[in-house]
Amino acid sequence: MLEARDISFRYGPRDPLVVQGFDLAIGPGEVVGLAGPSGRGKSTIGRLLARHLRPTAGAVTVNGAQPPARGFNPVQFLSQTPIFAANPRWTVGRIVGEAWTPDADTVHGLGVRPAWFDRFPHELSGGELQRITILRALAPGLRYLIADEITSMLDPLAQAEIWKALLGLVKQRAIGLLAISHDAHLLGRVADRVVTV
Amino acid sequence: MTAVADDCCVTPAPRFGTRKAVLIVAALAAAGLAAVIVFALLSGDAGVVTNFRARLAAPSLFHPFGTDALGRDMLARTLKGLALSFRVGLFAATASTVIALVLALVAAGGPRWADAIVAYLVDMTMGLPHLVLLILISFAFGGGANAVIIAVALTHWPRLTRILRAEILQLRQAEYVTISRNFGKSPLHIARHHFAPHLIPQMLVGLVLMFPHAILHEAGLTFLGFGIEPTTPAIGVLLSESLRYLTAGKWWLGLFPGLALLIAVLAFDAIGNGLRTLTDPRGSQS
Repeated sequence: MLEARDISFRYGPRDPLVVQGFDLAIGPGEVVGLAGPSGRGKSTIGRLLARHLRPTAGAVTVNGAQPPARGFNPVQFLSQTPIFAANPRWTVGRIVGEAWTPDADTVHGLGVRPAWFDRFPHELSGGELQRITILRALAPGLRYLIADEITSMLDPLAQAEIWKALLGLVKQRAIGLLAISHDAHLLGRVADRVVTV
Repeated sequence: MTAVADDCCVTPAPRFGTRKAVLIVAALAAAGLAAVIVFALLSGDAGVVTNFRARLAAPSLFHPFGTDALGRDMLARTLKGLALSFRVGLFAATASTVIALVLALVAAGGPRWADAIVAYLVDMTMGLPHLVLLILISFAFGGGANAVIIAVALTHWPRLTRILRAEILQLRQAEYVTISRNFGKSPLHIARHHFAPHLIPQMLVGLVLMFPHAILHEAGLTFLGFGIEPTTPAIGVLLSESLRYLTAGKWWLGLFPGLALLIAVLAFDAIGNGLRTLTDPRGSQS
């Protein structure tokens, strides 16, 4: 169970609270949608859950305990713009390899072509690179995945393909998924329940 | 599946693009500069021995660059002068790069006041007239090659400091660095595999592009009489000596050393650009 208990967050000591007393629980294999208008702190909540940011107050726990400060974090974050999530000087193969060596099934399931591994991030399209960052996050230690608008910049076809592949893998491995989106229709399709901020 | 060419066909055919052209020019420039250094190492006394029977001889087959007022071969003197310039340039540019790296690390990694002090130092050094600062430092250290090296090293770090500081700040904020940390990678791993591949090329290019500046300033300082002592064959010395004979029509005394300096500076620029092309993955398609 991934839990956020009464978390609050502000970017600077004098800045206003972006997230205030937020609670959330996601079980293994559960797909939860997070909806809400822009500027309500959806992405910030995602980053707090994945430890990209530390909450000002409250705590994020996995199975009742805080994830260890070192080692692979069981909660991983996927952003809207995969190009920033990839070191531009690394080849795609090395980028994925930083987390794990993916098995052929997962590679194939996400529609990733082995030929991409020799290229640099800027030589892939947005959709291709998003598949790569998803593939990288699916390392064996992954228990919960935060997907922050991961398909909002893609065409409907690529969007459908990526969600179909991701949902299949998530169910198969009992990974908890938080899908953050503006798109109520999308969340209705993919999520078991939707939380609104 | 989206339309992607089959896996068999994605390897691009070898092309002769701008990237290759830049690299060939850079390699030729590097070979030329290496030849100058080898000549200077192997030439022994050439260009230092006087021959009063061949004073101020115009360029000929035997003396392609002519001879000076003491009958010394100008070709040998020019090449030796260039080699000395390279040595000064190498030490000065390396020292300057080290200063830039240390200050950039302090500014980007240290507390806010450290950043403010470094920014102030950069602004101050960039705000002062370059040549005046060079002359003052060189004069304070008593002239000679070492003083020139110190003067050039102490005045050329600000630009690179700014570049490296910005690069480090950007890297620290980079999403892929946060992700790497979230994969449980150690700070050492991140420094080696994420920071270094960005910083080292920037540093190398900065170093090579600092070379022409260093060489030009060395020649300038020496020309003005604040640099290398007049007995050493240095480009600045040759140019300043040539002034006395130019009005007498001895054009080769100034033309060839000046031309050699110009070509050497352009060659270093070409190498710097080649290095930048080589280390930038975005250039791999052009």
